[in-house]
Amino acid sequence: MHIHLHDQYQQAQTLVHGLDARVKVILTVLFILTVSLTPFGAFGAYIALFALIMAVALLARIEPMYLLKRSVVALPFALAAVTLPFTVPGQTLLTVPIFGGLTVSAEGVIRFVSILIKSWLSLQMAIILVTVTAFPAILWALRALRIPPPLIAIVSLMYRYLFVLFDEAMRLLRARAARSATQAGIRSGGSLAWRGQVAGRMAGSLMLRSFERSERIYNAMLARGYQGQLLGLEHGHLTSRDVVAAAIMVALLTLILLLSRI
Amino acid sequence: MHHKIEVENLEFTYPDGRKALHGVTLIVQPGEKVALVGPNGAGKSTLLLHLNGILRGQGTIRVAHLELAEANLGKIRAAVGLVFQNPDDQLFSPTVFDDVAFGPLHMGLPEATVRARVQSALTAVGMQEYRDRISHHLSIGEKKRIAIATVLSMEPEILVLDEPTAGLDPRARRTLINLLRQLDMTMLVSTHDMRMVAELFERTVIMEDGRIVASGATATLLADPVLLERHGLEMF
Amino acid sequence: MIHHLFLTGLSAPQALHIPDGFLSAPVAIAGWVLTLFIVAYALRRTRDQLGERQVPLLGVLAAFIFAAQAINFPVAGGTSGHLLGGALAAIVLGPWAGVLVMTAVIGVQALLFQDGGLLAMGWNIMNMGVLTVLTGYLAYTVLKRLLGTTQTSLMIAGVVGAWLSVEIGAVAAAVQLAVSGTSPLNIALPAMVSVHALIGIGEALITVGALTLIARTRPDLLTQSAKTGGTTSAAWVGGGLIIALVVAVFSFAASPEPDGLERVADNHGFLGLAQDPLYNILPDYTIPFISNGTVSGIAAVVLGTLLVFVIALGIGRATRNPKSIS
Repeated sequence: MHIHLHDQYQQAQTLVHGLDARVKVILTVLFILTVSLTPFGAFGAYIALFALIMAVALLARIEPMYLLKRSVVALPFALAAVTLPFTVPGQTLLTVPIFGGLTVSAEGVIRFVSILIKSWLSLQMAIILVTVTAFPAILWALRALRIPPPLIAIVSLMYRYLFVLFDEAMRLLRARAARSATQAGIRSGGSLAWRGQVAGRMAGSLMLRSFERSERIYNAMLARGYQGQLLGLEHGHLTSRDVVAAAIMVALLTLILLLSRI
Repeated sequence: MHHKIEVENLEFTYPDGRKALHGVTLIVQPGEKVALVGPNGAGKSTLLLHLNGILRGQGTIRVAHLELAEANLGKIRAAVGLVFQNPDDQLFSPTVFDDVAFGPLHMGLPEATVRARVQSALTAVGMQEYRDRISHHLSIGEKKRIAIATVLSMEPEILVLDEPTAGLDPRARRTLINLLRQLDMTMLVSTHDMRMVAELFERTVIMEDGRIVASGATATLLADPVLLERHGLEMF
Repeated sequence: MIHHLFLTGLSAPQALHIPDGFLSAPVAIAGWVLTLFIVAYALRRTRDQLGERQVPLLGVLAAFIFAAQAINFPVAGGTSGHLLGGALAAIVLGPWAGVLVMTAVIGVQALLFQDGGLLAMGWNIMNMGVLTVLTGYLAYTVLKRLLGTTQTSLMIAGVVGAWLSVEIGAVAAAVQLAVSGTSPLNIALPAMVSVHALIGIGEALITVGALTLIARTRPDLLTQSAKTGGTTSAAWVGGGLIIALVVAVFSFAASPEPDGLERVADNHGFLGLAQDPLYNILPDYTIPFISNGTVSGIAAVVLGTLLVFVIALGIGRATRNPKSIS
């Protein structure tokens, strides 16, 4: 029975889907790099970058709501930056009467908000990448971009068995749940150490089965002539469309970045 | 005699939108042994997973007169022993003893009681000598019997099994069928093994496409080849 | 972390996957440079050690680590303990295979599930895939040698190795956040260290539970990695990284202005950054800042590690066993 690990690739025939995977990967990275280099407080640039995201999303026929909903993911990590309004020196906005008086500075608030926005923008482009590019194509692109083939092969096999092993882990958890019974009047659940040990044993037995599974896979690969290289076919060629799209994107990103620093 | 299963109008949709159960209503009387058959994808396993609250759908479920709700889950899991298809998923402790002891240990029972329960559960499945063996090294037939023991040690009132004879050679299968015959409990068993159905179960329920399409005395249902063929079943 | 929420409402809260936007560009890029070196080295060592087996073995085990991160247990009041897996992978597979496995896991988590950023992936791999792996492995190996190979000593070694691995990863992440100006070290460090002290308990319990089951059922798997080596190089690289990390932390503390980065930023003014001429595009790199404790901290980490790495490479070459075990 399949548990649903969401593979986010949404197949469609759009300008964006049709671009070479290498171009899509590079442009995503460039976009995120641009976001990173944009100074704090450059809200005009942030809006322009957001417009760029929306433009790409629309071209790729991705529902804006889908994008917004999925990009809520990074919110919890905002806690990491939450002290900024109180610690960055600058013009005092207001004083909070706790801990003997904490001052909130304008610069701190700007920096905090900027970080959140930049994170959110980066995230959305990353989401778009996997929505318009199938994972095997991404792997091919990474390999073409000089990531070592053995690493790509490992990730490729991992991807293939990700869902299988995740299902197995889910079934282990269900089996444990099925035996997590209680009896009226007695405290259940065992000690913390016991529970941790049980979870560990579940992981351990899954690990053993994974070893054995990898043996079987290795034998199957040998039976088909495997000698250490996972060969694959080309996933695409660069067309003029790719070049034009890349040129436009790079030009826009450069423009936004330069303007943001003026 | 509490051991009754009552499912009323159960509907369930998976997170990806696939509707697996379309209003299933099923009652298993105390002491009854019922077989659940049907093609793959009919929703049999999905239905079984609702009986101890692992999956939660819409509709009413009462097990051993307990309404299925968060507060009752612990007691329901003590009352309903659910044995999954793949024994590897259920044997996650190093030794047989540890696995069979998990249920009673989790319930918080004292050590002496736990030991006694492990002993009687293993005896019930005829595996007393395996107590200190390493689960990983057992054959699939042995594992399936141990898996049943891991549930019996909680002394449930109802036994629910998902494909107990799948993957067993004829000898192991025979041993398992004899075991099930001897267990005097309310039982609901999902299976493709029609010969076992004819041998052990007085009532049969046929499922297809998330619905119950037939229910009745096993002898009657299995004598109707047209019905069987319509739902992808074959008699021997 | 959130891909789990999509599934069944299980949550595997992992505070170490840094998203994009929280690390500054130069910090992120430094992380990538370091990662590329170390992963390249790990690839070379693993190829020597495992040969063509490495793809099916490490691929499936990477999938296992990913799946195993979903295995949790209730701790208290709705929170649960869970596994990150670096120490476990290292102890069972050896340090360099462990690095590759965790790299694959972190890469897939970032790419497929946006659990961790793309620019930030360099440091995420360093924190969760290299530091955890090497620390866990070294602590386990050292303790095993000191305490012997009884069941109990293996458990202790496993507990300490797993717990330390998580703590070191957390310390590193705090340093990266501080250097990026996202969170001052005097807040980030205690916060990360204390939260992960608790998370580390979950890691320790699950790791040891897994190890004891494996020791009981397939003890050959555990002795095997001891034979194929990697300990020396792991000691050099891991030791070097940990020392560099400690140096970085103390250089912060020793710096006359612990919030030096904020000071410096204030001197220029945020909005004033916009007025800087073009050559200041990467202000954190420019020379006037060299005297800043922050940059010297980064430099210490990067240079120290590269130095150690080069030495390790040299040692690895010099001591390489001509027989390959496959």
